[in-house]
Amino acid sequence: MLYELTAHALHEKLKNQEITAVELAESVYARVDEVERHVKGYLTLTKDTALEQANRADTGFQKGDEMPPLAGIPIAIKDVICTKGVRTTCGSKILESFVPPYDATVMTKLYKQGVVMIGKTNMDEFAMGSSTENSAYQITHNPWNLDTIPGGSSGGSAAVVSADTAVCSLGSDTGGSIRQPAALCGVVGMKPTYGRVSRYGLVAFASSLDQIGPFTKDVTDCALLLNAICGSDVLDATSVDMSVPDFTQGLINDVKGLKIGVPKEYFTPALDTEIADCIHSAIAVLEGLGATVKEISLPHTEYAIATYYIIAPAEASANLARYDGVRYGYRHENPEDLINMYKRTRSEGFGEEVKRRIMLGTFALSAGYQDAYYKKAQKVRTLIKSDFDAAFEKVDVIATPTSPTPAFKIGERIADPLQMYLSDVMTTPASHAGLPGISVPCGFVKSGLPVGLQLLGAPFAEEKVLRVAYTFEQNTEHHRQKPQIQTNGVVS
Amino acid sequence: MATITTEGVRHVANLARLEFNDEETEQFTEQLARILDYIGTLNELETDEVPPTSHIHPHQVFIMGSQEGAAHVAKPDVVKPSYPREEVLANAPEAEEGYFGVPRVVDRSH
Repeated sequence: MLYELTAHALHEKLKNQEITAVELAESVYARVDEVERHVKGYLTLTKDTALEQANRADTGFQKGDEMPPLAGIPIAIKDVICTKGVRTTCGSKILESFVPPYDATVMTKLYKQGVVMIGKTNMDEFAMGSSTENSAYQITHNPWNLDTIPGGSSGGSAAVVSADTAVCSLGSDTGGSIRQPAALCGVVGMKPTYGRVSRYGLVAFASSLDQIGPFTKDVTDCALLLNAICGSDVLDATSVDMSVPDFTQGLINDVKGLKIGVPKEYFTPALDTEIADCIHSAIAVLEGLGATVKEISLPHTEYAIATYYIIAPAEASANLARYDGVRYGYRHENPEDLINMYKRTRSEGFGEEVKRRIMLGTFALSAGYQDAYYKKAQKVRTLIKSDFDAAFEKVDVIATPTSPTPAFKIGERIADPLQMYLSDVMTTPASHAGLPGISVPCGFVKSGLPVGLQLLGAPFAEEKVLRVAYTFEQNTEHHRQKPQIQTNGVVS
Repeated sequence: MATITTEGVRHVANLARLEFNDEETEQFTEQLARILDYIGTLNELETDEVPPTSHIHPHQVFIMGSQEGAAHVAKPDVVKPSYPREEVLANAPEAEEGYFGVPRVVDRSH
């Protein structure tokens, strides 16, 4: 079926006019009709505009124009990225009716390529969470086992690629929100270097960490999406003014001469033993293909979560001050006065986890505590970054598990915030250092749930990360496995 | 590092423009105390001589295009059209005569 294919395979068919973009979009929407009610990955579907976009792409192909690699390709967008004229909720009740008057820079770039936007995907409210259970709207189900979570916060974007209800998607990663759900849903997910992609139009969570990145069915598609979205932008002062390479140059099926570091601190007793086995096998595959594997040490790894849960909530508490019921979104109906309007609007509009993080962040920045918490965390962040700097003097790429456990049961961790926070233990260190990181499928645990291998590079070394990921993928079959979605006993 | 009391939670809630009932206040106090206790592990590290990192790229502002690889770039200071007023106000819960509407903040009797 067309909806199962990768973007690069579909591009060939579109270019050769074997298929039309409209047929392709129809195929994806037919798949949506078939399985979306079980997966619940989308918050908004945009079929009418999608078919118009597909028609435009077809006109280009029929004229024989040189069409970009993503022309006519169905893509899903995390509902934290502003889409002009299309409701953007951030998974929050407070933005239930928000329709952005502008497109995020990544959307402008994707539309220039001629993509077909299928819809907006579910997420943890304001990207705060590791399971997508914090959405104010619905629970997304992992296509590999509908009783389990898809990971988070970009759980919808990961699930729709896994379920073939989109060919690819965009998510955002603050402490692991692309890499962890990619691992749990058995797809490829990449967070580029901080500053590679413009954050203009990405609703802010933690500004020193947030980065947009792709979910795809393979590493080649990942490189194609990076080519489309990376680059400096006058509208985002933190986007780095640096030329963007052609990331497909990194798609080299050869790791000979590359040094891969394996940090011993990631292999703790908290790591699921079946996952540890998958990761060790994956590393052995790379070694067998000629990479040099060496054990390294990143001594401050164990402090990354504590550091993250000061820095991210502190920045979030400032960023989320804008939701005051004045300029957009929900407003409490009958306030006593202005301050009461703010308080009721925010208390009614935000969910529990968002309030918890605003409280934590406000406390960490409040008079008398800022040095003890926020500044302390920023100092530890320096130590974590220095660990990576030292490691990349010795190795080209670092290999670790992406998540310490496979997808867990819906409801299992929701009552225990700290337990949920520890889901991010493998991904937050690289976030602090702003590193590029990818998660690629590397096997399955006995229960049938997928496992992800995380590969990290030095800042702006995306091509090396892609090279290792591509070589691994070309020499293994894990990424070709598809979930069998159980729909009322009938397999779809 | 200090822990947090219900009184502290009420104070912080006011700073954050949030309000909780007694039950929620108790719950947040208990949860935040546990999280802060975990965060307290950072005190195991001696950091007096360590500089803080606020962004991973060096903090020097460049004008866009002036230096390859520069982060924190300032754009040239040129006035450009903004989004149309009606489109921006379309998302407001209350708008009047081209402005955002809010509950009265000035008492007319004075």
